[in-house]
Amino acid sequence: MDTRTSSAQRILQGFVRSVVPVLLALIVSALIMLAIGASPTEFFAGVWKYGVTGDNWQRSLVLMAPLVIVAVGLIVAFRGQLWNLGYNGQYLLGAVVASGLGPVLFGVMPAALATLIVFVVAVLAGAVWSLVPAILKARYGTNEIITSLVMSFIAVGVVNLLIKGVFKDPATTTPQTVVIPDDQLLPYIPGTEIHIGFVIAIVLAVVAQFVLSRTSFGLRVDIFGASPKAARHVGLNSTWMVILLFALSSGLIAFAGSIDILGQFSYQRADWDPRYGDAVMPLVFLARFRPIASLPFVAFYAVLATGGTLAAQQAGVNVDFLLVIVGLILLFMTITEYIGERRRLGQSYLPAGLRRTVTSLVRPSRPGRVSAFAPLAAPVDPADPADPGPTDPAATERTRA
Amino acid sequence: MTTTTTSEVISLRGITKAFPGVVANDDISLDIVSGQVHCLLGENGAGKSTLISILAGMQQPDSGTVSIGGQPVDISSPKVAVDLGIGVVHQHSTLVPAFTVLENLMLGDSGVMRDTKRATQRLGELAELLGVEIDPHALTSDLGLGQQQQVEIAKAMWKGSRLLVLDEPTSMLTPQAIEHLGESIARVKAQGLAVVLITHKLREAYAMGDCVTVLRGGRNVGHIGVDELASYSEEQAQDAILAAMFGDDLAAAGSDAVDLAGAGEAQRETAALDLSSRPVRLQLSGVTSRGPGHDVETEDVTLTVRAGEILGIAGIDGHGQQALSEVVAGQRPAASGTVVFDGEDITRTGVRSRQQLGVRYVTDDRLHEGTVGSMSVALNLVIKRIGQAPFWKSGRIQSKAVDIEADRLIAEYGIRTPSPATRAGTLSGGNIQKILLARELTGGAKLVVVNKPTYGLDLKTVHLVRELLIDFAADGGSVLLLSTDLDELIELSHRIEVISRGRLVGGVTNDGPGTAEKVGHYMTGAIEGTD
Repeated sequence: MDTRTSSAQRILQGFVRSVVPVLLALIVSALIMLAIGASPTEFFAGVWKYGVTGDNWQRSLVLMAPLVIVAVGLIVAFRGQLWNLGYNGQYLLGAVVASGLGPVLFGVMPAALATLIVFVVAVLAGAVWSLVPAILKARYGTNEIITSLVMSFIAVGVVNLLIKGVFKDPATTTPQTVVIPDDQLLPYIPGTEIHIGFVIAIVLAVVAQFVLSRTSFGLRVDIFGASPKAARHVGLNSTWMVILLFALSSGLIAFAGSIDILGQFSYQRADWDPRYGDAVMPLVFLARFRPIASLPFVAFYAVLATGGTLAAQQAGVNVDFLLVIVGLILLFMTITEYIGERRRLGQSYLPAGLRRTVTSLVRPSRPGRVSAFAPLAAPVDPADPADPGPTDPAATERTRA
Repeated sequence: MTTTTTSEVISLRGITKAFPGVVANDDISLDIVSGQVHCLLGENGAGKSTLISILAGMQQPDSGTVSIGGQPVDISSPKVAVDLGIGVVHQHSTLVPAFTVLENLMLGDSGVMRDTKRATQRLGELAELLGVEIDPHALTSDLGLGQQQQVEIAKAMWKGSRLLVLDEPTSMLTPQAIEHLGESIARVKAQGLAVVLITHKLREAYAMGDCVTVLRGGRNVGHIGVDELASYSEEQAQDAILAAMFGDDLAAAGSDAVDLAGAGEAQRETAALDLSSRPVRLQLSGVTSRGPGHDVETEDVTLTVRAGEILGIAGIDGHGQQALSEVVAGQRPAASGTVVFDGEDITRTGVRSRQQLGVRYVTDDRLHEGTVGSMSVALNLVIKRIGQAPFWKSGRIQSKAVDIEADRLIAEYGIRTPSPATRAGTLSGGNIQKILLARELTGGAKLVVVNKPTYGLDLKTVHLVRELLIDFAADGGSVLLLSTDLDELIELSHRIEVISRGRLVGGVTNDGPGTAEKVGHYMTGAIEGTD
């Protein structure tokens, strides 16, 4: 009974800590829009109109597919406290496998088999690309944030080279890959225009949730994430753990890229980079690295992004304003987290210095009991409270210097 | 309490500081007088550290005042404390190992340019005052622990000091280094500085202190003034302090209290054992370890532990104890040599296989290595059996089996926790240690490596932990006990080996008085001789 109440409290608290930053971000972004002369009501109405109403909700769900898979990929690494920030490159690598290899394969074999091969190769490409940061981290303790990021830049360059080179569609002048015909793309869920990648993404999230929270592997990941020392103590092989988690994470993100090409875009242009990971990363933090919990946040962002593009134009702000909202979510998340943590520890919300200033403003005079004890000590020149007295040679030295 | 000397007094009045669930300091008042050594005694959790961090400006009291020479002062930050001349030498080193002595001392300097000349001069003055020789350009990592501590003291007095606080300064020192420290303290005192000495050993309090204040449960429960302490014989002083330290518990703790408080000479409490008749449980031959970091590694270590034996490893902290325990537990590979357990070569066997064979390890880093603080007590109790039946079936956790096992161990080892689902990190250090012992001593344990098993625990738990180890050995288990507490080693061990810089430098059979001196002799010879 006792534990149940506390776990219910924890869920409630997690909910509050997750939703409050989003609300605050929306409020502040509305204020910013007012300040720059745009209409927040028009913007949010637009988001609703173009992101949800009519058949637009289907477009939002289509966008959700890659976002959810990227989220799961990030969660797998982040749970182990491995900060895989190479998601943009990993996503594009997976995408270019689909858009470059796809047209070739679809020409020589049945679509289902070709799709399967594309997926496998995409996952492998992502996993292999992550070996560099993973091995550097495992063997030499190199900071994986830097290495994965740098590997991402290289991946973006390589992908562009491929699209401008071997994968370029000779029939067009713009650097882009051959368009995959509609009948070879991923099928739609019957009755909708949502490709089955969405279903795959949801299934992946559910499976990841189960594996991470209910199995021995999930517990090992959590131990590794909580303390590499404890992991070593219970006999986990940290080298393999780093390589495995990085490969899983990177492979999943590359998978998202390939599913996006085969489900939605059907070809890829050079210098195209949707940067899904940038938007998803704060969301997985909000979801406390729980795959299922990330779903509503990703859905929220998918609607915001789908409807926001048109809505932003109508409301008179730049499309980049969407990233401002994401940035505000991150900012308020940090603040909520700080306050929540202090609350948990029973401390004042104010930093110590500020609190003293505030209390001294409220109660300017010190309590009288101090002076009551003053006669206990020898009198000292009140003009210099730091007067060290003649018995302190070290302090005299300080004054001389 | 009414001190009427002309010397300066630092007065603490009604200091109260509460943390969630615990009142660390409860209305503590005391006077620190210049030219005196004021001993603060009390077991772990008595509130000594909190009081010190308030003096050092790292914590602010919830209520109460600090005044210096009658002037109330607000020690709102460590900088203010330094400016007021309050220098603290913390229990654990705060020196940057890769920096030279001089660089470490100049860390707090505020000028734009480094004034090496003035710093060298200041170090010279302090070295003279402390009566020590310190090479300003030596890397601190190259210094012995005693010397490092001298640098810490110099650092605490760097900006000119009126109060020097030493937090358990002797806990890691050899007997000889303790003597040096005593001399330095006497010289500092003679210069008119106030010294606060925190310790939990009565002997030291009596030898070095001018007056004694005893804290218990965050309260000031006893004070022995200067004249009073001087008039007492050592025995009388002991009785007075023990009464204050344990209060009503004194009768319950009985003669153990005297041992625990480090008052008397330690004696072996384990039953005698005819070692030659016992089978060899663990045999290390020429083991040199190779770890990932810059730890001291074991060098060519050869030792034997028999069934039912407690083998103590004495030595100053950081001389390869961690490497030795990890190489036995399987967490660190051996570059050369062999590890044989019950006649089986396990040199290349991993942690989990050794665990199943019965090799267990109670690490000294209970918070970050031994337990995962964010996970439940129940999970922590089975954490070394991940994936094994009956707690996991085809990879899925069986919560019921885990809870049954957890309830059993919690009851058997008296782990005080609100529930098995409570996060382990919220428990007290003593209860966390009980989790480790419950996990490592049960389920087919044959050999347990324990590293500093009672470090930082309250006296009752210390007693319990030692009883558990004695019982484990009495039932035929083998214990490799690594400790920096010589008294503990003498109470528990059948034999004691001394480790220094990763090598075993000598062994003593613990069979009567004089063991401490022999062990101390090896420690001093090995450590001070090479400095």
